[in-house]
This record gives sequence, C-alpha cells and structure tokens, in this order.
Amino acid sequence: MKSSRRRFLQVVGLSLVGLGVRPVFGALAGNGSPKFIMSPQGLKGKRWAMVVNPRRCPQECKDCIEACHREHNVPEFGNPKDEIKWIWNEPFKDVFPAQEHPYMEEKLKKRPVIVLCNHCDNPPCVRVCPTKATFKREEDGIVMMDYHRCIGCRFCIAGCPYGARSMNYRDPRPFIKKINPFFPTRTKGVVEKCNFCEERLAQGLLPACVLACQEKALTFGDLKNSQSEVRGLLRTHFTIRRRPELGTHPQVYYIV
Amino acid sequence: MNDRRKIISGILIFLVLATFPFWYTKGKTATPPALSLDTPEIQKLAEKRCIEPTDYMRASHMELIVSWREAVVREGERLYIASDGRRFAMSLSQNCLRCHSDKERFCDSCHSYAGVKPTCWSCHVVPKEAAP
Repeated sequence: MKSSRRRFLQVVGLSLVGLGVRPVFGALAGNGSPKFIMSPQGLKGKRWAMVVNPRRCPQECKDCIEACHREHNVPEFGNPKDEIKWIWNEPFKDVFPAQEHPYMEEKLKKRPVIVLCNHCDNPPCVRVCPTKATFKREEDGIVMMDYHRCIGCRFCIAGCPYGARSMNYRDPRPFIKKINPFFPTRTKGVVEKCNFCEERLAQGLLPACVLACQEKALTFGDLKNSQSEVRGLLRTHFTIRRRPELGTHPQVYYIV
Repeated sequence: MNDRRKIISGILIFLVLATFPFWYTKGKTATPPALSLDTPEIQKLAEKRCIEPTDYMRASHMELIVSWREAVVREGERLYIASDGRRFAMSLSQNCLRCHSDKERFCDSCHSYAGVKPTCWSCHVVPKEAAP
C-alpha cells in the first residue's frame, strides 16, 4: 500500500481524536454515586499527633499499655526477643540519646518514658517498604499498615530509628490473653506497630491509651486545628521530639 | 535396546498413575455442598436477603470482599452502599459473619469442596471462636 506523508498525518490526527472518546463515555456512564464512604461519626483531623507528659506517669503504671494490648490483640510472648511493641516504656537515656550527659542524675537516666510509633511526617519505614504495606495516610498523617500486604521482609524494622516496629516470629494467637473480636490478630511473618487507634478514630473514639490514662499524661489531637488540646499544650509547654536531627519529623511530642 | 521391557513398563506405570484421577472417579458425581443458611440470626430476619443479589454474591463475593479490604485499610472508607442504596459496615467478621454465623457450614463447606484455602481466618477473628 502506498501512503503519502499527508495521508499518514491525517490518520494519526484522527487516531488522536479517538483517544478522547473513552473519558467522554466514562463520564456519561458513571452514575456518580460512590460505593464506599467514610463513616460519618468518625473523628476528622488533618494531622493527628500526640503530646506525652512523662512527668505525670506514676512509677509502674501500665494502664495505657494494657488498654492498647487488649484493644489490638497484642500477644505476650514472655520473651524480650519476640516482644511485640505498640506502646511501651523505655529508659530516658534511650528515648532521648542526644540529651544524655555524664552529670545527669542516674535516676533520671533510667526513668521510664512512654514511647510509641511517632507517625512521622517523613517516615523511613514507608520509604523502604517494598510492597507499600506500610503507607502514610495523606488526609490525616497516620502511618498505617496493611497487614495483608506485609511479606515480613523487615526492611521497616531496619528503617525505623525508634524501634517502633515488631515482627511476629511465631504465631501470635496462642499468646493473646483474651482475643478482642472487633480487631484482627496478626499472623506469623507479619510486622506490626501502633496505628494511632485508626479503627477507633473512625468510630469517633479517642485512642485507647489516651482514654485509659487516668493521669492525663497522653493527649491526642489535630495539629492543624489551632484550637485543639495538643496545640494548646505545645503553645504553653516546652516540648521535644525523639531524635529530630534525623529529619523524620516525628509527631509525638514530649513535655520535659 | 536391552532395556525395552523396563522402559515400556515404566511408561505404562506412568500412564496408569497420570490417568488415575480420571478413571477412578468415572461415573461418580461429587455432591455439591449444600450451604446452610439456617442460622438463628438469619431466621430472625424479617426479609432474608444478603447485601447484594444472591447470584452476584455466589459468583463474586471474593471480589467484593477484596474491594472492601482495599477501601477500609487503604482509603479509610468503612461504609458500603449496596446497589439498592442500603448501607453496611464493611467488616468480614462483624458484618458477614453476623448473619452467616455458622462458618463451618457456610464458608468452609464450599471452600473445601472447591479446594480453595482463603487465609482470612489466620488473622480475622471468628466471633464465636473468640467468645470464652
């Protein structure tokens, strides 16, 4: 078949017009009503964050930890190597390694501080995850996990500078004291971490640890709302974050 | 060609084994599982219908459930609007199993017949099993 340059360009031009057909059909065919919607009673926030006041934590108090573990079916292996951590205590010198100095009081060095996933603005765990099982929700800043996608490669454990992620080296089910049927357990070979009680926020409830704390040491709220309780605390107190020099922009603030 | 006998008998044995499933089950019909819809929860319902038409649920429940999973976990959307406009919480253990509370005679009977092994229950909790 002989084809002139003019003819060829005409065909190419017409084909390009054809590309516009599908979006037009799509717009006409779609009925516009969404199949999935957010639950209306959920708490709405643009940037969830937490302010921790460790000075209010009584010695040996584990209310928040126990509430979290009950809520999320966190297993108790009784072995620090296998420990699954969502919210836990760490000595001050390990929580704020840069703040330690030789003349610090020994008691303060060892003083337990509540730590949890920092839900970083620039989360290294998200960047290293090869399956996007860990992802950051852009609408409210929560660093979430999709356990369905986790392949257990543990890059995120290596990536997280706060040790906030734990691997299930064994089947966790037999090690859960009482299973909460409203939240799934995990399975062997899956990494897990604190989810800022994302499932409770969707029901309009505050995180379990915040509600469990009778000393009001934990405060949860929206950083983008200037009237929120967390913003009030950040205005009136001097706060520090864990290892801010790493550039992860952690969103758990500590009143010191 | 000293091994002719061995080779031929080897081929014969292989053919017999390879075709075993076909002639062994010839003439037999496997009984399809009868799904039990007889749970106290379903009996209580005034109108016995699932969230979508039965044919669709039978053929595509897995696609529906996977789309629920993506919507809930990744998009944070937790309510499903069915084709007839009713709204449902997208939850396997709290919604599906509320009516289909007899998992062995509903999910499992068909899945074991079809030889599929969904891994839902290695994490998701069957409400009855969690009850003390």
